[in-house]
Amino acid sequence: MSKPENAVLDATERLFLERCGDEVLASANAGSWSGEFWDELAAFGLPMALVSEDQGGLGLSMGDAYGIAQLCGQFAVPLPVVETMLANWLLTLAGLPARDGPQCLLFEGLSVINPTGGRRLVGTCPTVPWGRNCAPVAWVQDAELSYVVALDKSQGEVAEGINIANEPRDALTIDADMTGQNVAVCAVDPALTERCAALRCVQMAGAMATIGEMSIAFAMEREQFGRPLAKFQAIQQSLAVLAEQVALASVAAQMASGAVSASSVQTLAIASAKARVGEAAGDVAATAHQVHGAIGFSEEYRLHYFTRRLWSWRDEFGNETSWFEQIGRAIAKAGPDRLWSELTEI
Amino acid sequence: MNNFEFTRPSSPQTAEDLRVEVRAFLSEALKDRTLAQQAQTWNGYDAAFSRSLGARGWLGMTWPKKYGGQERSALDRYVLIEELLAAGAPVSAHWFAERQTGPSILRFGTQEQREAFLPRIARGECYFCIGMSEPDSGSDLASVRTYAKRTDGGYVVNGTKLWTTNAHRSDYMCLYAKTDTKSEDRRGGASQFLVDMKTPGIKISPIPFLTGEHHFNEVAFVDVFLPDNALLGTEGQGWSQVTSELSFERSGPDRFLSSFAALIGMVQRAGPSPTPAQAAAIGRLVAHLAVLRQMSRSVAAMLEADLDPSLQAAMVKDLGAVLEQEIPDIARRVFPSRPGIGASDDLDATLAYLIQHAPSFSLRGGTREILRGIIARGAGLR
Repeated sequence: MSKPENAVLDATERLFLERCGDEVLASANAGSWSGEFWDELAAFGLPMALVSEDQGGLGLSMGDAYGIAQLCGQFAVPLPVVETMLANWLLTLAGLPARDGPQCLLFEGLSVINPTGGRRLVGTCPTVPWGRNCAPVAWVQDAELSYVVALDKSQGEVAEGINIANEPRDALTIDADMTGQNVAVCAVDPALTERCAALRCVQMAGAMATIGEMSIAFAMEREQFGRPLAKFQAIQQSLAVLAEQVALASVAAQMASGAVSASSVQTLAIASAKARVGEAAGDVAATAHQVHGAIGFSEEYRLHYFTRRLWSWRDEFGNETSWFEQIGRAIAKAGPDRLWSELTEI
Repeated sequence: MNNFEFTRPSSPQTAEDLRVEVRAFLSEALKDRTLAQQAQTWNGYDAAFSRSLGARGWLGMTWPKKYGGQERSALDRYVLIEELLAAGAPVSAHWFAERQTGPSILRFGTQEQREAFLPRIARGECYFCIGMSEPDSGSDLASVRTYAKRTDGGYVVNGTKLWTTNAHRSDYMCLYAKTDTKSEDRRGGASQFLVDMKTPGIKISPIPFLTGEHHFNEVAFVDVFLPDNALLGTEGQGWSQVTSELSFERSGPDRFLSSFAALIGMVQRAGPSPTPAQAAAIGRLVAHLAVLRQMSRSVAAMLEADLDPSLQAAMVKDLGAVLEQEIPDIARRVFPSRPGIGASDDLDATLAYLIQHAPSFSLRGGTREILRGIIARGAGLR
C-alpha cells in the first residue's frame, strides 16, 4: 500500500505532494473550504475514480481506489475525496448519473414515510463529513425496498459540527420528496458502514505512515545532551514499536481493501482491520508526540494534522469496541471448534 | 520506512487443498488431546506423531524429492505448520530438525550430509537440538567460547552449551562453536557442526523449567572429537550461515499461536451468547491474530519470492510475543478463573500452563530488546 501501484495513483501522489502543503492544511484547519484544491482534484477525476470510463469516470478498481484513500490519509487531504468517490459509486450502482461536485453519504437516521402526495425521505443524519459543502446521496430502507436518493446541496438543513481535527462533521436534517427522477431502487445492500469503515482504516494507515516518517526524521535531526535523539536506546525501542504499528496498519489496510469488491464485502476482515488499526492509532499518536517533545503539540508544526485525524477517524464508522464485539459474537456463535477455521477465512 | 513493506500474501490452491487434508488427519489423530496439552504446542514431544507426519510426506515437504522431500512450495508448508500449531499438535520431536537444521543442511551441507540426514529427518526419525546459547552467551551469540580446535582428521571440542531444548532426546546437535579464537571480527571465526549426541565426551544434564518440566539441558563438551565431515558449510562462516536462517525462525505461526489454546478456552466458556465484554475480548484477540497472521503469511510469501524480509520477520516475532503474553492475562480477567496445574476445568488448566511459560515467549528466538534494536537499525536510527 505504501507505493503507488499504477499511473493514476502515481499522479495522485504527485498532485497531493505539490498541492496539499501546509498552507492548504492550515486554511482548512481554520475552517475554510479548499475550493481551488477541490477543483484541481475534480479536474484530475478523483471524485469519479470509481465510475466506469464509459460513464466519464476513471474506472478504477476498488483496490486502486483504496490506494487513493491511503494517499488521502498520508497527506491529510482536507476534502471529502473518499466520500465523493463512494457516493458516485453508489449512484451508478443504483443506475443514477454520477455527479462532479463534492458529495456526502447519508445512511443513518433517515426513514421513508408515505403520506398522501407520495413518499418522502425524512430524518436527521449526524456527523456527516463536509455536510455543509456537499450534495448528499442518501441510502434508505423501508419495509420492502432500499433506495438511493440523489439530493441537492440545498435540500439539507445543516447544523454545523467539527471533529477533533477540525474537519466538518455536520448534522443534516432532510425532508425531501422521493417521487422524482433522483430516486432509484437499490437492488443490493451496498454495505456502506463496512465500506466507510474500510476507507477510514486505510486513511488511518496512510496518516500513520506519515507520522512514522516524521518521527524517525525528527529523532535523527533533533539533538539533546550532545547527540541525536535517535542515538538513545530508549528512543530507538519506542520508535521500533511505532514502526511495527505503522507496518501492521499497512497490512490491516491491505486486508480491508482486499475485503471489499464492487459486489460484496467481508465484514469480519473489515472489522478486524478497522478495529486493530483504531487501537494502534492511539499508540502511534502518543509515541509520535512523545518523541517530538513540545514542538509536536504546537499549532505551527504539522504533526497535529495527522495525529488529530487519527484521534477522530478511529471513532468514525465503528470504534474498536463495537467492531470487536461484532467479531466476538460471530466467533461465539460459530463455537470453539470452528474458531480456527473462522480465523483463517478472515 | 520502505524497508518495512509487506507484500500482499496469497494462498495457492495446493495449500488450501492441503489444509483440508491436514484438518481431517488432525481431528482424528489428536482427538484425545486436552486443551492444556494443546497449549504445549511446540513443546509437546511425541516421536510416534512425528513419524506419522513423516509417513504422510509432511516433514521437509519443500525439499527435493531425492532427499526425501515433496518439492512443495513454502506456502504449502506454511499452511501445514499453522494447522499443526492451531490444533496444538505435539511437534517438538522433529521441530528443530525440520524447521532449522534440515534447511541449513540443504543449503550449506555436502552431498554426503544431505543424503545422510535429510531423508531421515523427512521420515520423522532423526531429531536435532540446537547448540547456540552458553552460560555467558545469551543474546550475545558472538561471545560464545566453545572452541572446536583443528586436529588430525577433524576437530576437538571443549566448552558448555546451555538452555539446549531436547538435547536429552535428540540424535544430533547443530553446534555453533569458535574455530578461530584470534579472529579480529568478534562475529568471525565461528563454524557449525553436526554432532552425534552419542559421541564420547558429551555430558547432558537437565535444567528443569520452573514447572519442573524437562526441556532444557546443559551440554558439556570435554575433548569431544568430531570428524572433518561433521563440519556444516564453510569453516569460519558460522555467523552468516546462522543469521541467514533467522527470517524463517522469526516469522512463522509459532511466533503468535503459542496461547491459541487459551482463546479456544475463552470461546468455550463464552458459549453461543457471550456478554458484550466477553465478545469484545474475544473479538479483539481474533482481530489481532488475523492481522498478525496476514503479516506472517506476507513474510512467507516474500521468502518464497527470494526477498529478504528479515526486518518484517523481527516485527512479526515481537508483535506476536506481545500478543501471546497478553492472551492468558485477558482470559483470566474476562472469564474469572482459578488457574491450577492439572485443574479439571479446561481453561483453568490451560492458563496454568501458559501463565508460567509466557515469560519465554519474548525471550526465545531473539529477545524483545534485540528485535526492537534490529528494527531500529532497519529504520536508520543506529
